[in-house]
Amino acid sequence: MSSPLGKDLLGLEHLSAEQINLVLDTAEPLKEISERAIKKVPTLRGATIVNLFFEASTRTRTSFEFAEKRMSADTVNIAIAASSVSKGETLVDTARNLEAMKIDMVVIRHQSSGAARFLAERIESNVINAGDGTHEHPTQGLLDLLTLRQNLGTLQGKRVCICGDVLHSRVARSNIWGLTKLGAEVAVCGPRSLLPNAIEQMGVHVFDRIEQAIEWADALNILRLQLERMQAGYIPSLREYNRVFGVTRERLDRAPRDVLILHPGPMNRGVEIDSDVADGPHSVILEQVTNGVAVRMAVLYLLAGNSPHLADAAKGNA
Amino acid sequence: MATPTSTVVLSARAVERTVSRMADEIIERNDGTERLVLVGIQRRGVQIASRIAAVIKSREGADVPIGALDITLYRDDLQTVGPRPVVGKTHLPVGIEGMHVVIVDDVLFTGRTIRAALDELADFGRPARVGLAVLVDRGGRELPIQPDVVGKHVDVPAGARVDVSVVEFDGKDEVVLVAPEAS
Repeated sequence: MSSPLGKDLLGLEHLSAEQINLVLDTAEPLKEISERAIKKVPTLRGATIVNLFFEASTRTRTSFEFAEKRMSADTVNIAIAASSVSKGETLVDTARNLEAMKIDMVVIRHQSSGAARFLAERIESNVINAGDGTHEHPTQGLLDLLTLRQNLGTLQGKRVCICGDVLHSRVARSNIWGLTKLGAEVAVCGPRSLLPNAIEQMGVHVFDRIEQAIEWADALNILRLQLERMQAGYIPSLREYNRVFGVTRERLDRAPRDVLILHPGPMNRGVEIDSDVADGPHSVILEQVTNGVAVRMAVLYLLAGNSPHLADAAKGNA
Repeated sequence: MATPTSTVVLSARAVERTVSRMADEIIERNDGTERLVLVGIQRRGVQIASRIAAVIKSREGADVPIGALDITLYRDDLQTVGPRPVVGKTHLPVGIEGMHVVIVDDVLFTGRTIRAALDELADFGRPARVGLAVLVDRGGRELPIQPDVVGKHVDVPAGARVDVSVVEFDGKDEVVLVAPEAS
């Protein structure tokens, strides 16, 4: 009686290509539900899901909430400003309290890497990582994979470059794991100050110039440049960043092929991406948002098979 | 180990004849093809629906819209079945509001699939009426659901099952009764 993904979704690092493809194949037919007059299926009726957000998020939390509601789960949002509390204690306490309320799943976003695993090891409910520190953001990685697969047909042998602040990006890490498992060639491009040391060991190419990346790639996944990176001295100025690493129409016009443009949002127009690229014919940024709901519905569906309360109920057959 | 024995219930030719008669009955019941929509249940119900539509086309010259319904997300046993069932595509080519919908499936057994299909259809609109056409009715209902058009009634001994093959998936059209060997 085990779910095909196991109890939790903590990252893409430990999933097989088969498991990743299962999520994508499940997400595909679920897209249709969001286009019905009644955008709802009864699949998770009676399941209680807590969205536990220790970090501000609009897009991801909304996307999860839509996914949960379209699967008929009951949801509770808990937003916690964690600035004043010690993280470890808070999580343990929170975990115990949640368990006491008989919940089925927790979606957690936390500023500390490893927080989702920490929680998953301490509660019986399914845990979905909605972003932990600079570690992973698996559902974002999955929705990027789905969007790429829909537009490129396959990921096998395709070239995807992740551009920008790879050092601080959990989206980058989930992308690199997922893309390489599905057979894509992966590169990163950004100022060396924003690339992890030894990033090559993850099996990716490194481009120091955005022009080279554009010439090489079938798709660019352009990361958001956190504005506070400038104060922290990683880059001299936003203007200079845009001049050297910005993805612009002029640069794309010189590409030997059409380059698909992805961005996890929210965008800094005029910094890492120019407006005419973001709104251009090869941008699939809004498709990513649509796919996000379907991918999260798929993850909920696949994990729910391993819900502990339901497993208890079925023990008679085991 | 008991080896299962298979008995052919409908051969390819018999499937063809049966489907033709089902198509005629559907047109008769509907008094023509106006507002008629066939909705097949994934996966083999969809194939049978398109066979019926082809017969209707040859008889009446009318193109009856065909939809596909995947009822996985509406199943009532999702919490107890082991691995998660694969979700297929649901696609309705036209709005069903006010239409005469005929649900088409290969085998009618407990009626639970049809219950799920009715729930799913209701999320797309309110048809004027909904009918049910099945290639095989094997009895054993667990819900108050009855078909309007039946290809063949089959008495199925305990422990036996009915397998429907269609050319598209299985390489041939056939209905067989598979029974564990009597000992």
